[in-house]
Amino acid sequence: MSAISVRGLRKSYGAVEALRGVTFEVEPGEIFGLLGPNGAGKTTTVEILEGYRRRDGGEVSVLGYDPGDSPRALRERIGVVLQHSELTPLLTVRETHILFAGYYARPRDVDEVIELVGLAEKRDARVKTLSGGQKRRLDLGVALVGDPDLVFLDEPTTGFDPAARRSAWELVRALRALGKTILLTTHYLDEAQQLADRVAVIRAGEIVELGTPADLIGATRGAEIRYRRDGEEVVIATDEPTAVLHRLTEEALRAGRELEHLEVRRPTLEDVYLELVDDELEPGA
Amino acid sequence: MRLLLHQLSFEQRIFWRSREAAVFVFVFPLLLYALLGTVYSGDIDGVPAEDVLLAGLLGYGAANTALGGLAITLVVRREAGVLKRLRSTPLPPGTYLAAVLVSTLLVFVLQSAALLALGRFAFGASAPANWLGFAGAIVLGVACFAGLGVGAASLIRSAEGVSAVVNVIILPMAFLSGSFGPTRDLPALLHELADVLPLTYFLEVVEGVYLDGDSLLAHLAALAVVAGWGAFGVAVAWRRFAWTPRSRAE
Repeated sequence: MSAISVRGLRKSYGAVEALRGVTFEVEPGEIFGLLGPNGAGKTTTVEILEGYRRRDGGEVSVLGYDPGDSPRALRERIGVVLQHSELTPLLTVRETHILFAGYYARPRDVDEVIELVGLAEKRDARVKTLSGGQKRRLDLGVALVGDPDLVFLDEPTTGFDPAARRSAWELVRALRALGKTILLTTHYLDEAQQLADRVAVIRAGEIVELGTPADLIGATRGAEIRYRRDGEEVVIATDEPTAVLHRLTEEALRAGRELEHLEVRRPTLEDVYLELVDDELEPGA
Repeated sequence: MRLLLHQLSFEQRIFWRSREAAVFVFVFPLLLYALLGTVYSGDIDGVPAEDVLLAGLLGYGAANTALGGLAITLVVRREAGVLKRLRSTPLPPGTYLAAVLVSTLLVFVLQSAALLALGRFAFGASAPANWLGFAGAIVLGVACFAGLGVGAASLIRSAEGVSAVVNVIILPMAFLSGSFGPTRDLPALLHELADVLPLTYFLEVVEGVYLDGDSLLAHLAALAVVAGWGAFGVAVAWRRFAWTPRSRAE
C-alpha cells in the first residue's frame, strides 16, 4: 500500500483554483519531493495531507486514512515540520521534547531524538536562545519524537546558510536510514536533486512532471552547445549534439576561426525546472 | 486525564517563567490594591474601604487574569504557529483548551489568596463571610471571563495589538463597575453602561458572599448575567476560533 495516495485533488480559494486535479503516490520508505515556485500549490497540497485544510474534490489517503477528518490514529503516526511555526520560547530543548513526547502513545526516547537532531549540547538551553538553524533542528526533533512513519517537511531549509543546509540534508538522509517516508516540499532544485528519490514539479495547481531527478533531466533535449562569435554568445539546444558539433567545428576549421568559449553541457535539474515553470507563472495560493 | 495533567504542568511552568505574564497578570491587581488601599480610608457607603476595594480588585483580577491573560496567551500562540503545530499532534484540542483553562483558574485562585492575605495583613480587611460561596464565585467568575477571553482571542487578529486591545476593554470596565472605588458620582449615562457590564454583576456576587455571607442562591439574577456573558464569549469562539495564524495569509 502507498504511504500517500492523491488522485484528482482539487481546491479553490474563492474564484482562484489553487489545485486543479493533482495526482501522485508516495511509496513507503521513499523521499518524495514536491517542487515548485511560490504560489504553485505545494503548501496547499501538503496542508490537505496534514489535515489542516479540506479539499474540494478528489481522493486522498494518508497511511490508509482520510486526512480530511484528521483522525487521532493518523496524527499518532505523522510528524510535521511547518514552514513557519515557533515553539514556546521559555521551555528548554529537553522540556520541549518531553512536552511533545507526552502527546504520543509510543514516543521515542527523548535524549536519543535530541542526539539525532544534533542538539545534545543545547539540551538545557531555552528555546529563545537558539539560532535559526538550531530552531529548525528543534522543529524536526519535535516532529520525530512521536516516532512517526511519515514525516512532512515543508521547505525545511529556507533561509539557511549553505553549511546549515548541508547538515540539514545529512539529517534527512539519517531519517531515510530509519525507514521513514518523507514528503518534502522545496523551491530549491539542488535540494530535491540531493535528497529526493522522486520529484513532482507542480505549477499553477497542476503536476507538470513526475519522476526521478535523473528521469526529469533525461526527458528533455539532450544538450546545450554554447560558444562566442564576434563577442556574441550563441546557444544551440539540440537532441543531436554530436552532429551539430561536427558541423560547427567543420565550418570553423574551414574558415580558420576559433569557436571561442566552446562549451557542451547537459541540462541540470535547474534548467529543466526553469523551463517547466517559467513560461507562464499564474497566481495560485 | 493523564494528558490534561501533562499539559497543565507545562502551562504552569510556562506561566511562572514568563516575567511579563507573572507581573501583568499576577502582580498588577495586588499592586493596585496596595496603592488604592493607601488612598481610601474609613468607610465607603458604610462598608470599610479595605473590604470594598478587596472585593473590587478580586473582580478586576478575575477579568484581568481570565479575559486578559487568556486572550493574550491564545492570540500570541496562534500567531506564532504554536496552536497550528499542536493540531497535528494526537493531543485532542478539547484537552488542550481544558488544560489552559484550569491553569488560568489555578493562577486566579493563588491570586485571590494573595489578595486576601495582603488585605488581612496590610489593611486589616475582613475574611470571607461565606467561604464556600466565595470559592464558588471565584470559579464562576473565571469561567465567565475565560469564555469572554476565548471569544476576544477569536476576534483579535494580530499579536502586536492584543495587549492594548484587552486593556482598552478591561480597564474602563473595571472602573465603571466599581473595582477601583465608588461609582455613585458617575454621570447617568456611564451608570447605564455599567449596568450591562459583566463585572458589575460579578462584583455584586463577590460583595454578597464576601461581605454579607450571602448564599450564591441569593444572587441568581446577577449570576445569570455573568453566565450569559460567558456563554456569549463561548458562542463567538465557537464560530470564529482559529488554530492557524490570522495575520499571515498563505
